[in-house]
Amino acid sequence: MNDLSAPSRITYGAVLVRPAVVRRIRGLSDKALAWLFITPTMVLLLAINIFPLIWTIYLSFTNYRANRPNAPVKWLGIDWYQTILTDPDIWAAMQVTAHFVFWTVVIETVLGFGLAFLIDKKFRGHGVWTTIILLPMMLSPAVVGNFWTFLYQPQIGLFNYVVAFLTGHPASSFQMLGDVTLSPWAIVIVDAWMWTPYVMLICLAGLRSIPDYIYEAAEVDRASKWRQFWSITLPMALPFIMLAVLFRGIENFKMFDMVNLLTGGGPGSTTEVASITLKRAAFESWRTGYSSAFAIILFVTVFGLANIYVKALNRVKSR
Amino acid sequence: MSLDAHTPMPGRGFADRILRRGPLEAIATTIIAAGVVMLMQPFSLTLYSWSFATTLFGTVLFTIVSKVRE
Repeated sequence: MNDLSAPSRITYGAVLVRPAVVRRIRGLSDKALAWLFITPTMVLLLAINIFPLIWTIYLSFTNYRANRPNAPVKWLGIDWYQTILTDPDIWAAMQVTAHFVFWTVVIETVLGFGLAFLIDKKFRGHGVWTTIILLPMMLSPAVVGNFWTFLYQPQIGLFNYVVAFLTGHPASSFQMLGDVTLSPWAIVIVDAWMWTPYVMLICLAGLRSIPDYIYEAAEVDRASKWRQFWSITLPMALPFIMLAVLFRGIENFKMFDMVNLLTGGGPGSTTEVASITLKRAAFESWRTGYSSAFAIILFVTVFGLANIYVKALNRVKSR
Repeated sequence: MSLDAHTPMPGRGFADRILRRGPLEAIATTIIAAGVVMLMQPFSLTLYSWSFATTLFGTVLFTIVSKVRE
């Protein structure tokens, strides 16, 4: 009995709706209804994304400190930006970030594409191997950071024992997380271990999108496997590889959790990536205005890279 | 003198080729990439100092030219 004019309440699914409300909604145009549904999401987005961004931009021009909320706020203009962009320590943090981003992206791309190429051959049991390879990607970075801290222990860590077994150096003779030279590589290894499967998945999608008839035509033309790889496989999978490179580049540029758990930026500042420097400035030194300016610099960089990423994504979609 | 629809006009062909979304987006993308490289390179503090301005300019340019006709 779903008569809208009935005075009693009407049940839509499990929700009781008053007839007056139903009549009012029925009178709305499609456009008004669309706005009705979109508005809560837009308000939420404005409240939790846009407003904090605008507030951060404002704070980046002031000397505001979050631990002294009642202190008078002074307008500094672009002073913080000038300070950050001429500070050799921040420049050093950017180079640590560059080392981390460059090597993780190179290793993950080479290994990821290699694994995708193997998995694409559909050998016996390739499904099981795919699942096993994908496991690290499904773990939480917090869990990965914690258990790799144990694996890197010089006394009991499995990693040191494997290296000792392969190279003959005593297991306790080196510390992956405590050594100035080794610690940047320690975080690269963990990130590559965790995220290579992700790159593999994207590359696999690229390889699977290449039609078989192209290879068949190449076989007819008696092209060697090597030639097929360089002339068909790599060019056709390249947009997907670019996508993976950009995505991992953006993610690793703002990497925080795993580095914080593994080394906390140490020893000294050898693994202090930009996000760790930002966290220290914001929540240890309480220089809120300064850290806001730094956050805006990182945001603009990530936003710029995201634009390139979207452009690459559109190119892949248009194929 | 009448002009055919396909008559090439001096100077206009180049502008038509460049002032389209594709090439402009490519220019903006290159500027963004240059800004990011300048931010993370280990060679020159001056380049590092100008990196943010370059990236910001590239990003604003990209946002504008993405509205230009195809």
